[in-house]
Amino acid sequence: MMHLTSMRMRNIGIVGAAICALVQPAFAKTIAVAPGEGAQMRLQEALIAAEPGDIVELGEGRFKLTDGLSLDVNNVTVKGMGAKLTTLDFSGQQGAGEGLLVTSDDVVLRDFGVENSKGDGIKSKGADRIVYHKLRVEWTGGPKETNGAYGIYPVESTDVLIDSVVVRGASDAGIYVGQSRNIIVRESIATENVAGIEIENSFDADVHDNIATHNTGGVLVFDLPNLPQMGGHNVRIFDNIIVDNMTPNFAPKGNIVANVPTGTGVMVMANRNVEIFDNVLGDNGTTNIMVVGYRFPHNDAKYDPLPRDVVIWDNQHGRAGWDPKFRGGAEIAAAMGGNFPAIFWDGAGGPAKAPVISDTVPALSLGLTDILADPATAAPTPLAIATKRPAALPAIKLPDSMEAAVR
Amino acid sequence: MRLLLSFVACFATAVAISAPHPDISDTAITGLQNPATLSAFGFFEGNAANPSMKLIPYTLRTPLFSDYAEKQRFIYLPPEALVTADKDGRLVFPVGSALVKNFGYTDSATGALTVLETRILLHKSDGWVALPYVWRADGSDADLRVGGTRIPVSFDREGKKLSISYAVPNKNQCKQCHSSAEQIVPIGPIWQNMDFLKAKDAARFTKANPQLAKLDRWAAWDDARSGNVQERARHYLKVNCGHCHAPKGAASNSGLFLDGSATDAAAIGIGKRPVAAGRASGNLDFIIEAGHPERSILIARMKSTDSGIAMPELGRSLHHKEGVKLLEDWIAAMPPSVY
Repeated sequence: MMHLTSMRMRNIGIVGAAICALVQPAFAKTIAVAPGEGAQMRLQEALIAAEPGDIVELGEGRFKLTDGLSLDVNNVTVKGMGAKLTTLDFSGQQGAGEGLLVTSDDVVLRDFGVENSKGDGIKSKGADRIVYHKLRVEWTGGPKETNGAYGIYPVESTDVLIDSVVVRGASDAGIYVGQSRNIIVRESIATENVAGIEIENSFDADVHDNIATHNTGGVLVFDLPNLPQMGGHNVRIFDNIIVDNMTPNFAPKGNIVANVPTGTGVMVMANRNVEIFDNVLGDNGTTNIMVVGYRFPHNDAKYDPLPRDVVIWDNQHGRAGWDPKFRGGAEIAAAMGGNFPAIFWDGAGGPAKAPVISDTVPALSLGLTDILADPATAAPTPLAIATKRPAALPAIKLPDSMEAAVR
Repeated sequence: MRLLLSFVACFATAVAISAPHPDISDTAITGLQNPATLSAFGFFEGNAANPSMKLIPYTLRTPLFSDYAEKQRFIYLPPEALVTADKDGRLVFPVGSALVKNFGYTDSATGALTVLETRILLHKSDGWVALPYVWRADGSDADLRVGGTRIPVSFDREGKKLSISYAVPNKNQCKQCHSSAEQIVPIGPIWQNMDFLKAKDAARFTKANPQLAKLDRWAAWDDARSGNVQERARHYLKVNCGHCHAPKGAASNSGLFLDGSATDAAAIGIGKRPVAAGRASGNLDFIIEAGHPERSILIARMKSTDSGIAMPELGRSLHHKEGVKLLEDWIAAMPPSVY
């Protein structure tokens, strides 16, 4: 009997050890890197030498970098001493398209800042279950056309968590999630970017409890043609503060965001099943919420340029529409007694595609049913207020390991 | 007799001293540890100017541009190795093979090539590994630099002295270009693009793969006799851009595919609007605007040396004037269309 018990105990011990090994690889270690002489090589070598389970710990101070950095090892945490205390300074960058590039899975980036990268700030590509936490990505000169495009830029990834980051000065989008699925962007601040937060060609995203202010456009939900992943859908924008996005558009022409009118709160383009609810919106000179089709010619038979099944519900609206910055906008505003409505839809696809709205503010259809119609031919009509909310999308749930990383 | 014996002993010693000819180390290639110095492999005898006789030298008809660096390419095959090829002419090397590539510049005074770095691809049992080795100033050996480095370099080009900060890529950057579906793969050795100095070296491959001899040779980008402008431009793009701009490459998210896989005009950039170019769009609307190289983002990015704009992203302290000219001619000759 004694014998049997001890056997069992030993088996449990072995099973326990096996579980531990799965959760935390044996001999996980911390590789500390300090700023100073040779920071580029020392830090890059640490990012290469790291093994799954390791922490690369960035010391306090300013790392002066000459090239992009990259991480390609799964399950590594890169951790600084604080978003303002540890800074990766790329102002002397001579090569690579981004500051930090991550191409491995289960990576946690936290508690450091990235400044003045020549291209994107932090990009992660094909990096599943990535966590961005308490980071600062900034172009310190404020809005400039010469700033890098994206601040935080996960693309082609499944399970993305962006939590408590600050992004400032991106000449495209501060926080940009592209061609990904299962995404949460929360409790972050996007300011002085062209687009504050942008979800593009992505499926299943929650954007909540963020502040988007002093951008050209606060929050964008876009779908574009000729890309490997198209058909953006299931995006919820809720509990955000999206106010005073009046920074004149400083994106270089040719980029899709160069077409975002200065003074836009939320802009939905060519997506389906988008819910915008319980947000505070205001002081956006063009409009608080606009829903539009993709109105450029394209030859992509698999692409749907129409927005559809958009729900706008229970948002609080402040002032909007006193200075609409798109062609024909001023004329419509004049016809409406001087102000453009707080909500508008371009009319793409006809009444069956109209957004469902509960907010009791002026809401307008421009009546541009044909996706290629000239905005100057708009025939505005008011949009009806709905009383019954369509079935709601489920909340996004990320793997527990990701939530644990930010607790 | 005694005299003879001592003579033999003497001779043996002399042979041992005068014939170091180190063998290439198969265990260094396949081992788990990456040697700290290049000499551990035995690819070179003493310095970069003396490649081992066991290396098979080859050149590419259309090569990748990297800051006008001169390159020397070699293949190492382990004993009894059988190389096969896929239907596209891509050589398939067995475990234990290595690809070795020197990068350097010619000293115009002496005419000698100074090799700065040697990049190697090792085929280990669990896949390929890419490593950069940087030669010491005295040329005696090269040291592994997984983190990459920069080397100030001056060289003459068209009678002008150019000075650049030459970038040795780090191990991850090696993988960035050499990855397909997140696995490291060789890029260069595609039969139609390869030329061998010795016929017997080429025969080593065609003997086991007679179908290779039937494949059409690729155009040499700078040789008008080898192909028309379109053919040469397409091959230039394939070699210089197609390793990332491929459905499974590092730039897959761009939807711009220059590896030859594209089936419609937009996928090779014609009439395609940029997606994540940011300021690199340079106020232009299309990647390629047919008939208008001066309004094509592709050309603008290939001309730029700003790291936030330049394409390709690596090895581009300088722009490839002659390559850009070829692509400009190609785009200028496209019938303009309205998008």
